[in-house]
Amino acid sequence: MAEAKYLHHDKLSAWLEEVAGKMRVLAPVRQGDAVVFAPYASGVQVEMDKQATTPPKGVVFPASEELLRYDYQKNPEQPGQVDVELLPVIQPEPTLVFGCRSCDARGFVIFDRVYAGQTYKDPYYLARREATLFAVIACLRHDITCFCHSVGGGPGDAQGADLLLTPIEDGYVVEAVSERGAPLLDSPLLEPARDKVEQAQTLRDKAPRNMGNPTDFAPARDKLMAVFDDMDFWEDVSAKCISCGACTYLCPTCYCFNITDEGAGLSGRRVRSWDNCMSSQFTFEASGHNPRPTKAHRLKNRVGHKFSYYPALHDGLISCCGCGRCIKSCPVSVDIREIVVRAMGHALPAKDKD
Amino acid sequence: MTPASTKKNATAPAAKKNPAKKTGSKPAKSTAKAQKTAEPRAAKKTSKASAKDSAKKTAAQAIPKSSAKTPVAAARPINPHLAANPYLPEIGTIIETIQETHNIKTFRIKLGSDERMQNFAFSPGQVGQLSVFGAGEATFVINSPPTRKDYLQFSVMRVGEVTARLHTLSAGDRVGVRAPLGNGFPIESMQGKDIVFIGGGIGMAPLRTLLLYMLDNRDDYGKIRVLYGARSPQDMAFSYELPEWLERTDMETVLTIDREAEGWEHQVGLIPNVLLEMTPTPDNAVAVTCGPPIMIKFTLQALKKLGFQDDQIITTLEKRMKCGVGLCGRCNIGTKYVCVDGPVFTYAQLRELPNEL
Repeated sequence: MAEAKYLHHDKLSAWLEEVAGKMRVLAPVRQGDAVVFAPYASGVQVEMDKQATTPPKGVVFPASEELLRYDYQKNPEQPGQVDVELLPVIQPEPTLVFGCRSCDARGFVIFDRVYAGQTYKDPYYLARREATLFAVIACLRHDITCFCHSVGGGPGDAQGADLLLTPIEDGYVVEAVSERGAPLLDSPLLEPARDKVEQAQTLRDKAPRNMGNPTDFAPARDKLMAVFDDMDFWEDVSAKCISCGACTYLCPTCYCFNITDEGAGLSGRRVRSWDNCMSSQFTFEASGHNPRPTKAHRLKNRVGHKFSYYPALHDGLISCCGCGRCIKSCPVSVDIREIVVRAMGHALPAKDKD
Repeated sequence: MTPASTKKNATAPAAKKNPAKKTGSKPAKSTAKAQKTAEPRAAKKTSKASAKDSAKKTAAQAIPKSSAKTPVAAARPINPHLAANPYLPEIGTIIETIQETHNIKTFRIKLGSDERMQNFAFSPGQVGQLSVFGAGEATFVINSPPTRKDYLQFSVMRVGEVTARLHTLSAGDRVGVRAPLGNGFPIESMQGKDIVFIGGGIGMAPLRTLLLYMLDNRDDYGKIRVLYGARSPQDMAFSYELPEWLERTDMETVLTIDREAEGWEHQVGLIPNVLLEMTPTPDNAVAVTCGPPIMIKFTLQALKKLGFQDDQIITTLEKRMKCGVGLCGRCNIGTKYVCVDGPVFTYAQLRELPNEL
């Protein structure tokens, strides 16, 4: 692996510009009250001190994308005959996501288990995943909503990262984590890091300790199943939820999607869009039946999926990166940590299942 | 409430399309891999079949509270035609339609080439996604048996947007097909056993594929009894083949309708009651049932009364589905995804799942 480098603050823009000459660079920038990942261009002010409001999920898994285009074609020789042609659209664009946090990069590690897993693989996701590099900035300051250290990550964690930047003095120590990331260090704008590497490591080691004791969420896997039928519990914890779905859209690990057709006349496209399990439409069947008829059922599925079902299917890995966006951006302050902790400590009512 | 009491009609289309969402994404500049219609497509895809991947998701078996039950279907093999792009349908041509009842229409569909049809392998009970481009996609059981390879048959009840559009189609029209998907019935473990089919309404469709498969492999199975009920004679799909079923000496067929109707020569009464009169014995037997939730609820009670154990009762579920390949996260019941782990489950397996049918 390439030797670690030092990037001075003054050279950050120049380095990003250099990289932007080779590939699309997305960096956190302010847009109104929010910080979002947007294409880097000369003169853009990069926001490095604040966790981005939206994760970079959409870079690899867009909020909406074409799966294919269809085109019905009439046969002039046989007017009754209409053929249909399908054109799958897969167009990855080489991209560097600069300045995301460990939690953001780790979201894709959770995604990979599903979309690049053992059964069917998602070629759209895979193509973008392969075309995207992540330059993660270690979090030396955390927000009160952060809990990455409780769900298998950490503020200086490099899972899913290609480059790891640690803020130090007047710049960053930049380390290549993957082989794909290494060539980015090959720039005259970067200086040898030397003794700063050790200093960066010390800072990263200290970061999780500042976050307080982690919560052990492993018991939630069984416990959430045990409280499954206790609807009083679920109605209580979901009482204030307004089913807006902000939690799902801002979640770096929420991967559920919908597929819809959009067409006019003889042609159109099939579109895959982020879906939202907090919506009653999510499981609503044509017959009128809905297996998750209330917001209590739906919140139960969201929490259950992240802390029980997914871990059961994926070696205990929790499908949550602890970024805290669902807590931070929830208009009514639903706190997933609190729900899981309550479930883990919840005494079951004494009655049998049937 | 028993889990199966809310079970849906297995072939009633699950998709109720959301209002088309206008998205902000820009149109693609060029189209990547152009796939032509029927013939070249099928030929190209067939060549990929050699790269069959039989990867299994063993972790899927690890239910948190599991008390180790025998899985109905052994593997979760990948459909080689969907390995490269699981969302890309093949183009099929409707060769025949049958108006079964006022709201059920049957489609006989041929994929690509004759060769493709001959090589199309599936298990009874597996499903397919049919596309009407512009309306969307919905899931239906393949109700023709794998032993009859001229076409794939789907019977569609008109309930939503996609099914309404499907009902406008006729012979010669093209549809998108992604099939087979899901697990299918455990035909091997059912060998040598007596089989009791109990179908209500459109719920007969998934039973039909299994029944015809067994009739085509008659020696492998014991006594076959079929109880098929519908609201009225007019609501009975597959009516044209029922005389043959009634005449056959290697199976017993009982038909029933809910209320007396003029000219009806068969049973009158609700399925669970007629089933109790038939007194099928549970010894070395398996009951396969599908139908509307209320029928399933009372049929289960009747089967219990007759002595059938949970693992001797097999059913097939419906869920709202999108991807059909275990990715979109919609059809799960706890850790199980109905599209890949199902839709066929034993009642014993359903009892192991969280109560969320």
